This record gives sequence, C-alpha cells and structure tokens, in this order.
Amino acid sequence: MWPRVLRWSPRGKWLECVKQNAGSYNVRPGYCTSTASKHVLDTGSRNDLGRNQPMTIERDKLIEMLRVMQSIRAFECKARELYEENRKQDWNELRATGTMFCAVHSSEGQEAVAVGACAALNPDDYIISTHRGHGHCIAKGADMKAMMAELMGKEGGISKGRGGSMHMFDPEVGLLGSNGIVGGGTPLALGVAFASQYRGTDEVTLCFFGDGAACEGTFHESLNLAALWTLPVVFVCENNEYAVTISAEDSVAGPDIGDRASAYGIPGEVVDGNDVLAVHEAVAKAVSWAREEAGPSLIECKTWRWHAHCTGLPDRRDPDEIYHWTQERDPLPRFEQYLLGQQIITDAKLAQMRKETNEAVEEAVAFGEASNWPDPTTVAEYLWA
Amino acid sequence: MREITFVKAMNEAMVEEMERDETVFQIGEDIARMGGISGATKGLIARFGEKRVRQAPLSEAAFVGLAVGAAMAGLRPVVEVMYVDFVTVCMDQIVNQAAKLRYMSGGQVKVPLVIRTQGGGCNAEAAQHSQSLEAWFTHVPGLKVVMPATCADVKGLLKSAIRDDNPVIFIEHKLLYPTTGEIPEGEYTIPLGQGEVKRTGEDITLVATSLMVHRTLVAAETLADEISVEVIDPHTLVPLDMDCIKASVQKTGRLLVVQEACTRSGFGSEIVRRIAEEAFDDLCAAPRVLGAANLPKPYSGKLEIETIPWEADIVEAIRNMVA
Repeated sequence: MWPRVLRWSPRGKWLECVKQNAGSYNVRPGYCTSTASKHVLDTGSRNDLGRNQPMTIERDKLIEMLRVMQSIRAFECKARELYEENRKQDWNELRATGTMFCAVHSSEGQEAVAVGACAALNPDDYIISTHRGHGHCIAKGADMKAMMAELMGKEGGISKGRGGSMHMFDPEVGLLGSNGIVGGGTPLALGVAFASQYRGTDEVTLCFFGDGAACEGTFHESLNLAALWTLPVVFVCENNEYAVTISAEDSVAGPDIGDRASAYGIPGEVVDGNDVLAVHEAVAKAVSWAREEAGPSLIECKTWRWHAHCTGLPDRRDPDEIYHWTQERDPLPRFEQYLLGQQIITDAKLAQMRKETNEAVEEAVAFGEASNWPDPTTVAEYLWA
Repeated sequence: MREITFVKAMNEAMVEEMERDETVFQIGEDIARMGGISGATKGLIARFGEKRVRQAPLSEAAFVGLAVGAAMAGLRPVVEVMYVDFVTVCMDQIVNQAAKLRYMSGGQVKVPLVIRTQGGGCNAEAAQHSQSLEAWFTHVPGLKVVMPATCADVKGLLKSAIRDDNPVIFIEHKLLYPTTGEIPEGEYTIPLGQGEVKRTGEDITLVATSLMVHRTLVAAETLADEISVEVIDPHTLVPLDMDCIKASVQKTGRLLVVQEACTRSGFGSEIVRRIAEEAFDDLCAAPRVLGAANLPKPYSGKLEIETIPWEADIVEAIRNMVA
C-alpha cells in the first residue's frame, strides 16, 4: 500500500485519496526512492520541518539558506512595489522615454523550492530557470544588485539591460538563463548536461520548470532523451498549482507530475515544496545520483504561487485558499520557527538577518537607480558573436 | 581539382571539421548507421564513435534544444533535421532560443550551432516534404542562412558554418545531393556573406541560390546568342552580399530574382526591396521575382511541375524583362 496522498482542491478543502496500484518505480539499483519524503504534505503545522530529515546540514549552511529565502522574499516584494510605483505614472510618457518597468512574475511563497534545490548544487553546477525565475537566480548566487538593475533596464543589469526579468544570465555562477517560453528551457538543460557529460566533468544541471511546462510536449521529449542518454540533469518541477489562471487540477492529468518519472525508468519524488529541508533532501539525492553518472531524475515540489501570474493581472482565487497558503503554510516562518526551535538561531539573530536582508535589497535598488541607461548607439551589439 | 558528389563534399567538410575540433559533434535522426537521410554523415560513426555521432529519437524539439544548450555550454553541434518541413516541431528552440540567447544575455553566451536540413521540391514528396522555408529564418534576427548550390560551394560553406560562432541554418536541396562537381584540392573555406558571380553578363542580373542557380545558368546559356545574362549566387541570405548584387544591377539595370519558395513574402522580395531602395536610379526595368505558385506542393509530378520555376519559365521571364 502506498502512502496516502493529500491533494488540494480549488474549493478550499483537502481531498484525501489512496493511491491504488501505483506500481513500483523501475529505477536502477542503488537509488532509494524515499517513501518518507514522498507526499509529506500535511495540514499546515509550522514546526514540522525536518521531520523526515535524515540529512545532516551544517549550521552555517542552514542559516545561509534562511538568509537566501529572506532575500528572495524581500527582492520579489520590492520588485512588485517598483512595478506598482511605475504603473502609477503616465505610461505613455514612460513608453516614450523608454523608462517602463516591465511586469514581474513574483515567486513569493515558492522560496523553499529555489533555496532547497540550489543549496544542493556546487558553484560550477548549472541551472536553467523559468519566467518566474528571480528566486532561482538569487539562490544560485546571482547578484541582487545586477538583477535589480536589469529589471530597471540599465546597462549595469545582469544581462546588460537586454534581457529583463525573464532573461537573466550569469554564466559565472552557473546561471544559463531564465526563459520566457514555458517548456522552452527543458531541452536547453539537456544540452548543458550533455556538454558536461561530453567533457567528462562531474557537473550537474538542474532544470526548473512548472506545472504549466509539464503540459508542454518538450517535457516528454526531454525526459525521454535524458533518460536514454543518462544525462546528468535534475528536473525540478515547481508545481505552484497555477499556470497563469488555470489550476493544476484542471490542466494536469494523473495524480502527480513526479510519478511520471516511472514512465521513463528514472527516479521520481514528490515533496512538500514549502518545506525547504524536504526539497533539499530530495534534490541533494538526485544531484548525487546525476553526479555518479546514474542519470536524470524528477522531483516535483508542491508549492503555491502567492500572487497573480504577474503584476498587472488580477488574482481571482478563492480567499480561503489564499489564506491557507499565505498564512498557514508560508515556507519562510516555517523554516524560521524550525531554526529557532533547534536553537540554531535566536530571535535577535533573526531580527538582525531580516534587517540586513532589507538593507541589501535597498542597496540593490540604489545600485539600479545609479546605473547608467544603455547607450542607444549600442542597440545592435551582442546580436552576433 | 577533383570531381566528387555534393553529398560527399558535405561529408568531407564534416570529417575535416570533426578532426580539427573535438568540440564538434553530430546529432540527428538516423545519422549513424544509415548516414542520414542523404548519406552526408555516412562513415562518421565508424570514424568518431557514438560519443560524437549521436543518433537521436524522433524528438526534434529535444535534440535541437539539446544542441542549443550544448552550444551555449561551449560545444559545436552539427544538427541534422531530416526535412526543413520538420522545423515546425522545433521552431521554438531555433527562433526563441538559439537566435536570441546571445542578445538576451548581453553577450555573455554564444551559440555556435549548425542546423543542416534539406529543402526543395521536384521529388514527388508532396506538401509536407517539399517546402522552401528559408524566409522563415531570414526574418529572425540572430540566424545565419546558407543555401549552397555546387559541390565546391557546399564544402567550403559548411566548413565556415561549423566554425562560425552563431546559429547557422544550412539548407541543402534534395535534388543536389547526387550531383557531381569539381572541388579544389586541400583545405579551403568560403566565407559566409560573400556572393559569387556564376556567369558574367551585361543585359540582366539574375540572383538565385541552391537548385535555382543551376536552372538560371541553363536559361542563361539558352539565351546566350540573344541576351547577355549575369548570374549571381549570394551563397548566404543572411548575411547577404548586397555589394555583389548591387554592382551587377548597376551594370545591367535589370534584376530578376529566381526562387523555389512561394513568391509571396519570399526572400526575393527582400532583395528587390534592397535594390529599389539602394539602386533605384540604376534600374531601367521594374525588378521582378520569379518564384513558386502560392500553393502547397502537389504530389503528382504533372501538377508539381506547374508550381516551380523551370528553365523555360526563367527564359520567358528574362525575355519579357529585356524585350
């Protein structure tokens, strides 16, 4: 008998069902698909982190993971604010002067996925990110100052103002691009992983995508090919329950996206995406698996998008559902409470970290504002190599 | 000089470049034992092994995307997409990814990638295996587009394409594969963006690529006693050697672009636009495009023959313009 599966329904109720005849994963020997971390969704206690957590993570690393989660939250919040401020101005004027601030896809509420996953990577590992990618970029080590300057369209931006929110690149930290095409990044991740395999390095590529991309054809093609060629890639499905406005319930067939791994004969897991330690444990195992040349794996992290698809669009979701996820299942206080409970941090330290994080984001804004606009005469640069 | 087939010239180019640079690898459908649909990759698997000759499943989006990602990570993939008609199922990876990654990253990455594919009709393969879709790619900034006509050209151009640091769409005409021609001995390349005067003349300039170069040359020869025809093969549509075309039109005063693609919104219109804007005063007749009918390619040869320019159509078009 498989563990119980708890699913969220759009009517604000937990649906409980029992998986029947789920079959066994046809994986290579040596990979233990953890039933403990599969389906650890619960009804929302904040102090349940690490419950199934056999890993030992250095104290400093735990604190750093919290700091990065806080940074993502503060960065995303500020990006939304800047958009709203920009929006209050005369857009025709902003258009005419080239000073528009583009809509942003906030990843607030999903910080545990970005941080739990990227904390399992080495600096020379790679990620391919998505349109909702700010969190992934920060978690992989991208500079928030350059990212904020990018949002502002400045020359000091992480992509020199040529890419914007959905196209952030920093090869120095292994960030080979966030992507504006849903499902467009999964094939690219194959290639980056292929290059590592071709050269005989032990680098791993981590490919973020969402429940929306799981409905695109490239999902199937990419997992099939990655499995056939034993590519060192970890597919991390950040299932935030919504693709623009369609719910996963209305768009994803089958119980769990993570279960699709068995169709390709690769390891798959489904974890609570709001539990940073559960994400980290699952992804760390998948990364080791890839590094040991055992091939790809698929981790589905069940989380929830706090805001509308992007700034400027209305959010018409059920208030009870919003309350549940933002007030009862917020990944950030869950992790903070866990670290306080484990006496890894103190209240004073926590307050200090929050202050420093907010200061870092303000510095990023100041950096972006001080950065020069791109020189219009350079518009054709970077088309050809 | 020695005489070899078009497909052998391609094979030589790829062998030489794979010998020269270990980061060059092949990926595509049926490219290993079968040597690709045309035979261009024949023998590569025996010579370079499975690591560098990757026979892929029927997943164009995945293997073209893989090549784009691998190029971004420093390799030099040569991809075979069996027919240009099949790019529809991997167009996102070409248009939104390969063409734009360098620009969107502010120059932080580059995509040295060649996508080889076969185009063109006259082979009774009907509407989904006979198209000439080069204008789809020339419309997208960030892609180079090559359409070779002769054995010597295909070898030199393919070597340049593989060495180029940008994504290159390399369209081979399926009727040219078995043709033979002379190629220079030893190492040589032909730069992308450098056109060639295939036949000199005084009365009219014909611009054509790929199979249409051969048909325009036959037409020019047919008219040799009455009209002096200059034939220009730009080799590459992006970048386009406008200097070569313009110099010719300034001499002849007449321009006829011959293309196998449907006439409407084809690349011929672009050449006519450039000449209208840049050399209008040199023209003594309205510039023209002779292309295919704006129809899907019919299967029956009796019908298909009606849709594509043949030598006689070109002769007639020249006579109409020069008369």
